[in-house]
Amino acid sequence: MGRVIVITSGKGGVGKTTSVANLGTGLAMLGRRVVMVDADIGLRNLDVVLGLENRIVYDLVDVAEGNCRMRQALIKDKRYDHLFLLPAAQTKDKSAVTPEQMRQICRELAEEFDYVLVDSPAGIEQGFRNAIAGAQEAIIVTTPEVAAVRDADRIIGLLDSFGLRQPKLVLNRIRPDMVRKGDMMDIEDVVEILAIPILGVIPDDEAIIISTNRGEPAVLDQSCRAGLAYRNIVRRLEGEEVPLMNLQEAQGLLALVKRLVGMGGR
Amino acid sequence: MFDFLSRYKYNEREGHSKDVAKERLQLVLIHDRTSVTPELLNVLREEIMAVIERYMEIDYQGLEIAVERSTGRRAALVANVPIRRVKTGQK
Ligand SMILES: Nc1ncnc2c1ncn2[C@@H]1O[C@H](COP(=O)(O)OP(=O)(O)OP(=O)(O)O)[C@@H](O)[C@H]1O
Ligand SMILES: [Mg+2]
Repeated sequence: MGRVIVITSGKGGVGKTTSVANLGTGLAMLGRRVVMVDADIGLRNLDVVLGLENRIVYDLVDVAEGNCRMRQALIKDKRYDHLFLLPAAQTKDKSAVTPEQMRQICRELAEEFDYVLVDSPAGIEQGFRNAIAGAQEAIIVTTPEVAAVRDADRIIGLLDSFGLRQPKLVLNRIRPDMVRKGDMMDIEDVVEILAIPILGVIPDDEAIIISTNRGEPAVLDQSCRAGLAYRNIVRRLEGEEVPLMNLQEAQGLLALVKRLVGMGGR
Repeated sequence: MFDFLSRYKYNEREGHSKDVAKERLQLVLIHDRTSVTPELLNVLREEIMAVIERYMEIDYQGLEIAVERSTGRRAALVANVPIRRVKTGQK
């Protein structure tokens, strides 16, 4: 049986979908069989982040309603033939799927895949409940801002009440320059406040936006910091002990590399 | 000098903005997590005092009862009850 992991947050737009795309692709890079489930019904996004938007025929709701078989709805990734996407329905609303149907779908997928990564919608409503229904583990994404951390805390409490104890934290969009000036909370600050284990830190990196434009997750790009950060998280998911990236150091070096690459006409 | 300060947005009086953020978060989360309303705290205070007063005379001026942050994600009900005098003849 594979691991079913939900990637969630309280506040919207903090990087859940980006994280699912990068972690899914990163795990596939290591040869793992992975399926990413877009549970953000009505706001389908994961397909475009992965560059798979033209291949969708059936979706999650079709599977739940029995309009098609699971196999027919799964979309194979462009790069890895053991990486799949189960897209969200774009037309239906959040209540088109029930938690029980989600549990069933996740169970079925976990029999075939090493990892089932569920992309959750933001918030604490029905869509969130569906997304977590089939999961045994949870990853909470937040940025180092007051509102995002507050909402993350609320989600930790909610997950606990649904039996998902010990969620892990991904701190996204850290800006080392602001941390250095004392204008952004650092890893230790957020970990101290939320009091859950940290799985990884992703720097704020324009490479994320560029790679999303292209539909190619940054984790594939060996030269960007965010990609390295996601590869580190993947190794930690696999049980390896990988120290957290030293963002302060990485900055100076990367600024240099970027300048060099920039001259090459990137 | 003024230029330096404004560039770093460091406020002499309030300190680094991240420390302000952290402090505000810690305060707001205590209430988010426990959902102890001021009304509940008042009721609690009265009932606890009623018990203590059977045995001791309390200094109401210095009395403090609050929900505070404890270890990890736990909150703690913290009471500081200054004693005037222990009542004698009580067991
Ligand atoms: N580390 C990063 N550096 C720069 N940009 C980022 C980073 N992470 C995410 N972004 C950008 O932030 C935006 C929101 O990201 P994303 O869609 O992954 O968030 P989400 O949590 O899934 O949002 P929603 O709650 O709407 O589903 C996107 O435009 C993405 O490119
Ligand atoms: Mg999303």
